[in-house]
Amino acid sequence: MSLRKEERREVVLRIFRGTGSDRSKDRYETFTVPYQKDMVVLNAIHYIQSHLDSSLSARWNCKAGRCGSCSAEINGVPRLMCKTLVDRYDGEITVEPMKAFPLIRDLVTDVSDNYRVAKMIPPFTPSVATDHVWRMYQEDVEKSQEFRKCIECFLCQDVCHVIREHKAEYIGPRFVVKAASLDMHPLDALNRSAFMKDNAGLGYCNITKCCQEICPEHITITDNAIIPEKERVVDRHYDPLVWLYRKITYRSVKQNAKQ
Amino acid sequence: MWSAGSLESSAISSDDESYDTISTDVLIVGAGGAGLRAAIEAFDKGAKVLIACKSLLGKAHTVMAEGGIAASLGNVDPSDNWKVHFSDTIVEGQFLSNWKMVEIFAKEAPERVLELEYYGALFDRTKDGKIMQRPFGAHSYRRLCYIGDRTGLELIRTLQDQVIKRGIDYIDEVVVTSIFKDPATGRVAGAMAILLRSGKLLLIKCKAIILATGGCGKVYAVTSNSWESTGDGISLAYRAGAELMDMEMVQFHPTGMIFPAGVRGMLVTEAVRGEGGILTNVKGERFMEKYDPKRKELSARDVVARSIYTEIMEGRGTPNGGVYLDIRHRGAEYIKKRLPSMYAQFLEFAGIDITKQKMEVAPTVHYHMGGVRVDPETTETTLKGLFAAGEVACGLHGANRLGGNSLSDLLVFGRRAGLYAAEHARSATIGSISEEDIEKEISRILAPFKVTNGSNPFELKERVAETMWKYVGIVRNEQDLRKGLEEIGRIRLEAKHVQARGPRAYNQSWEACLSLWNMLIDCEAIIRSAIVRKESRGAHTRSDYPKKDNANWLVNIVIKQKDGQMIHELVPVPKIPPDMEKLINTDEILVWQQQEKREQLLVRK
Repeated sequence: MSLRKEERREVVLRIFRGTGSDRSKDRYETFTVPYQKDMVVLNAIHYIQSHLDSSLSARWNCKAGRCGSCSAEINGVPRLMCKTLVDRYDGEITVEPMKAFPLIRDLVTDVSDNYRVAKMIPPFTPSVATDHVWRMYQEDVEKSQEFRKCIECFLCQDVCHVIREHKAEYIGPRFVVKAASLDMHPLDALNRSAFMKDNAGLGYCNITKCCQEICPEHITITDNAIIPEKERVVDRHYDPLVWLYRKITYRSVKQNAKQ
Repeated sequence: MWSAGSLESSAISSDDESYDTISTDVLIVGAGGAGLRAAIEAFDKGAKVLIACKSLLGKAHTVMAEGGIAASLGNVDPSDNWKVHFSDTIVEGQFLSNWKMVEIFAKEAPERVLELEYYGALFDRTKDGKIMQRPFGAHSYRRLCYIGDRTGLELIRTLQDQVIKRGIDYIDEVVVTSIFKDPATGRVAGAMAILLRSGKLLLIKCKAIILATGGCGKVYAVTSNSWESTGDGISLAYRAGAELMDMEMVQFHPTGMIFPAGVRGMLVTEAVRGEGGILTNVKGERFMEKYDPKRKELSARDVVARSIYTEIMEGRGTPNGGVYLDIRHRGAEYIKKRLPSMYAQFLEFAGIDITKQKMEVAPTVHYHMGGVRVDPETTETTLKGLFAAGEVACGLHGANRLGGNSLSDLLVFGRRAGLYAAEHARSATIGSISEEDIEKEISRILAPFKVTNGSNPFELKERVAETMWKYVGIVRNEQDLRKGLEEIGRIRLEAKHVQARGPRAYNQSWEACLSLWNMLIDCEAIIRSAIVRKESRGAHTRSDYPKKDNANWLVNIVIKQKDGQMIHELVPVPKIPPDMEKLINTDEILVWQQQEKREQLLVRK
């Protein structure tokens, strides 16, 4: 936080401008907006649109940190513009689009590939019939509930160096969290470990925890989702005892644990 | 799936009038709770479905819903049932609701919630493993099924997963600009749309359209609503010739944040009061004891909002212009567990730890009870082939919506819209659209690119919002309403010359021009209805007519277009039949509180 907060009169933003269809015109433009106490970067963007340059494009929706639309890189760090106080920074603030996704225009990127990945994940499949009231206990639903806080801002996908390098092979932190949220549903019947190993590229993740650090919902992505999912893959595919046990009982470890 | 505006395509020029054409059976505009639930139902009934939404899939305003879904499962209070839910909704809607719609709603809400669980949603649990239910304002029993304070997020994600699982077609970041009718039959035949990402135009031919576009909170300066809540659906329906109803009924949520300025109006969930939060004025008085001694903080939203407004206006507000909301007595652990998003929201945006400090709150525009007039059973509007569900529709909530009733509204009537739109599509053929209508619409929507030295649509939108906040606020009077109407008229003249700047791709100033025009129609309808209703009822408070007037005003105000002019009609509220009227009980208010006391006594014994 800046110590000179009370003296601040204005905020200077250096904003990326450009269109996906012609990257030769990429540039940065500088805007000066009046300072307001506790203003966030998104407030400054809105000021620019209303008073300085209405052609600036920036995706946003709820302005309350709930929808995960206004993802951008602020001074190089993936963040939500609506939750980033300008007081965090002393000088000029650089705002750029997420770099892991194709540019559409200015601060807006094409995140549609995430929806293609979402389709790949084997969906929730109940292990019990839906003709009666289900019973689940609070302590059993809480693990999965943590992952359901995800607002799909895709900042974790943006920060992930594996995605930047092996885009096609690894589904990325958001979707490991998604798979974990299904795997840890107390009444889900599927075992997604074969998918995680063969189709999701989970092995690429070398647990640098970058995703966990930037998650605006503070989901412990690496510790609570990625590592347990990795363990599940190892248990199922490499543990000879598990393999033998399964051969004998014809029962998945998971279903067994449920009963 | 049909792909929306591929990036490889080169940029198009701003005057490019070409468009692509696709067809489907049912077009669903909006992908919040109602739109997604409608899509699932229509698809499961065999219709070809296309969802078109203005934001990215999964970002709709439904994600902001916090407190819960109202359904009389009776998991916590076994005496709860649909009849009590029916009664609560009718009574707090100040007898302006369509009783048939309320009956359907109260009866079907429990199965819709269970179905959500079967779809994979994970609700908080009771000790015996059922869906947990919490108390909320003016619900007689503990009735709101919830997931902490992010119920809407879980609802939308669950439905989104079901849509993806079924492979239902959707295009996101698309603005539907107009509905086309078959000139011969007068039925819905399609819609024009703009693909935001590429800036291209798309003609969608279809047999039925479901409007699930949400509310119009953005017409007010202080609102909990998100970007897309510009009342597009109301304007689409009105311009196509459908009727609007109860437009004057705008809900002010009692508790919105008041600082920092950038988040003014951001919602502070009613769950804070549901979990025991206390409202006090600057003198430390628990003022709700004065306005509603029985229910206090858990009175209906219109009552609490007006009480807070009165405290502030009479000089008992905080220096920041609000009142205090205090939950500290519940203890840090309880607060973080039950209200995690509120805890984070105050900490991150205002630097306030609600486990140690009081919150400061003031009313914020939250919900629109009014909207497009629909059939209570089929959700069909007065225009054949046009359906509406969720906040954009009207008839369920009357003059005041109960907390939690909106999420169950989305599920119950979203499903019905999907069901009946699919049924309509089965017997209908795709109508024809006249070339002239298409050309007219294209020249209308491309006009902002032809303007030079025009006005800035973002600025005009701010002016609209300030005007509504100033003249059409929580307490209204004829003089102010007329001033508001004049000012909206002036802005409308300026809005003819709004300019879209920059290229077509992802041009938000262009979208702002179009939604500004929609907002102006919404505003005019709200103000005209507010002038007409000369009484105070529910969310509509008139200082010049402070009393409720059942002798004259048990009517719905219907707004429609006639010869290009906005006109209104007074239609009596459908009479509740005697066997349903018997269910209405105004004494059963907050029964659960006595029950909770009994439970506590039992524990102590």
